[in-house]
Amino acid sequence: MNLTEQWIAFLTILRKEIKRFARIWVQTLLPPVITMALYFVIFGTLIGGRIGDMGGFSYIQFVAPGLIMMAVLTNAYSNVVSSFFSAKFQRSIEEVLVSPTPNYVILLGYTMGGVARGLSVGILVTIMSLIFTHLQMHSWLITLTIVLLTSMLFSLAGFINAVYANTFDEISIVPTFILTPLTYFGGVFYSISLLPEMWQHVSRLNPILHMVNAFRYGILGVSDINITYAILGLVIGVVILFVVSLHLLKTGNRLRA
Amino acid sequence: MSAALSIRNLTKVYNNKLEALKGISLDVMPGDFFAVLGPNGAGKSTTIGIISSLVRKTSGDIEVFGYNIDTHFSQAKKFLGVVPQEFNFNLFEKVEDIVMQQAGYYGLPREFAKAQTEKYLKKLNLWEKRNTPARMLSGGMKRRLMIARALVHDPKLLILDEPTAGVDIELRRSMWEFLREINAAGTTIILTTHYLEEAESLCRNVAIIDKGLLVKNTSVKNLLQGLTKEVFVFDVAVDLPQSLSLPGFPVQIIDIHSFEVEVEKGQNLNDVFTALSQQGIAIISMRNKANRLEEMFVAMIAQSATNQLSTDQASANQPPIKLEVPV
Repeated sequence: MNLTEQWIAFLTILRKEIKRFARIWVQTLLPPVITMALYFVIFGTLIGGRIGDMGGFSYIQFVAPGLIMMAVLTNAYSNVVSSFFSAKFQRSIEEVLVSPTPNYVILLGYTMGGVARGLSVGILVTIMSLIFTHLQMHSWLITLTIVLLTSMLFSLAGFINAVYANTFDEISIVPTFILTPLTYFGGVFYSISLLPEMWQHVSRLNPILHMVNAFRYGILGVSDINITYAILGLVIGVVILFVVSLHLLKTGNRLRA
Repeated sequence: MSAALSIRNLTKVYNNKLEALKGISLDVMPGDFFAVLGPNGAGKSTTIGIISSLVRKTSGDIEVFGYNIDTHFSQAKKFLGVVPQEFNFNLFEKVEDIVMQQAGYYGLPREFAKAQTEKYLKKLNLWEKRNTPARMLSGGMKRRLMIARALVHDPKLLILDEPTAGVDIELRRSMWEFLREINAAGTTIILTTHYLEEAESLCRNVAIIDKGLLVKNTSVKNLLQGLTKEVFVFDVAVDLPQSLSLPGFPVQIIDIHSFEVEVEKGQNLNDVFTALSQQGIAIISMRNKANRLEEMFVAMIAQSATNQLSTDQASANQPPIKLEVPV
C-alpha cells in the first residue's frame, strides 16, 4: 500500500469510529456531561462554597480542569476498549485484518478514534463547566499537548485491554477497579499539598495525578508537579504502549487463530 | 505464468496440539474455478484462514499471483477477496457502510469506492437495502452482502468458504450464475463446499482434503472418469414383472413402477434400453441414483480412512523398541 492508500485506510477507520460513537451519543456523549454537571453542582456550588479557595482559585475553578480531564481519559479508554472488543467479539475485526492495511495504520485509526471521543466529551464538559464558573487559559499549547497525549495514552491502554479481554466483563474490570480509584486519588478534587508528606510521595506514583495537574497548569497556571516531567512521562508512556499494541497486532495474539 | 495461488508444504498445529494441516501443496492457475472438498474438520477452513491471514500457519509457503503472503503481504492481499463461512460484519452498521469501509481498507478513493459499492450491491440485489442495518437482513442477503464486500476492490482471486450453506435452492442457483459470470470475466475462484453438486456443476478442478492431507488434486472430468460403476433409476409406465431381468446388468426393483440398474464402466446403456423394449416396458424417465461426484468423494474418503487404519495397524504390529541400558 502506498502512503495515499494508507491515509485512506486510516480515515476509513477513524470515520467509522466517529460515526459509531456519534450514532450512540446517548450512551457515549451525554452521560459524561450529565455526570460532570452533577459533580459541578455538588462539589462546586453546594459544597465548594464552604471549602473556600484552593491553589489561589475558588474550589469550583480548581476542580473544573480535573473533572474535564477525568471525562477525557475515561472516554478515550472506553471508546477503544468497547469498539475494538465488539469488533473482535462480532468478528468484524476480520474485515480489516484480511485487508492490506498495515498494523500501524489499524492502531492509529483506533487510537485517534479514542482521541476524537475524548476530545468531543472534553469540549462538551468544558462548555458545560462554563455555565458554573469562569475558566481562564494559562497556556493553550500545554493544555492541548496534555489533553492529546493523555487521550492517546488511554486509547492505547484501552486497545491492549480489548486485545486481552475474552468477555464483556473483562473490559470493565480495568476502568472500575484501576482507572476510577487512580482518578479519584489523582488530584482531581484536591491539591496533594493538603496530604501528609508520606501520602504526597505515594500520590506522585499515580500517573493520573501528573496528567490532571499538568492540564490544570495549562488552564489555571497552578500545579503540584513538574510540568516538563509530566509531558516527558506521557510521551514515554505513549511510545511504550504504542510499541506493545503494535507487537500484539503483529503477533496476532488473541486476534488470529 | 505465476499460479493464482500456490501452496507449498502448509502445516498447522493449533495450540491444543490439533494437527489441522499436515503438509498440503497445491497450485490453482489463473482463471480457474477450483473446488476444495473434504468432510467436516478436514482442514479446508484452516487453509482459507491461513491464506487470508486470519490463521497463523505453523510452516509452509503461500504465494498469491507470485507474491508471498509473508514477505509481500500488501500486494498479495490486494489480489485476494475472501468470503468466510460465518457472518463477520458489524450487525449494527448499514449495508452500504460495510461495503464502503471494506473499500477504504484497500485504499480505494472515496468516489471510486462509492461507484464500486453501488455496482456490486446492485449486482447482488442489495441496493434497495443499502440503508438497512445488517442485522435486519435475511440469511441469504447477509451471504450476498459478504460477497459484495469481498468483490468491492475487484480481486483477481476470490475465495469462498461454503458460500451457499443454508441458502435456498433458488438463491443458490442465482449465486452460481453470478459466480460463473465473474469467473468468465477473469476472476479466479476457489470455493469450499459440502454440496458436491455445486462443485460438479461449477468447477473445472478439484482438490480433496481429508484429515489435513491432500487426498486428490485433479480435474473434475478426470475424477469422474475414475468412477467404475453408476446406478441409474428408471421409472416405467407399466407394472413391472417380479422376475425382471436384464442380461449383464444387476437389477433391483424399488416398487411396481421403478427399479435400479447398475452399469459398470465400459457397459453400454443402450443394451438396457433394448432389453427393456424387448420385454415391452416403456420408460417414462431415468436419472442417476446419486450425484456422481458424491459417489467418488465418498469412495475416496473411505479409501483414505482405510489407508490411515492400515498405517496405524502396521505401526501397532511393530515389535516394541527395546532400550538397551548399559550395565
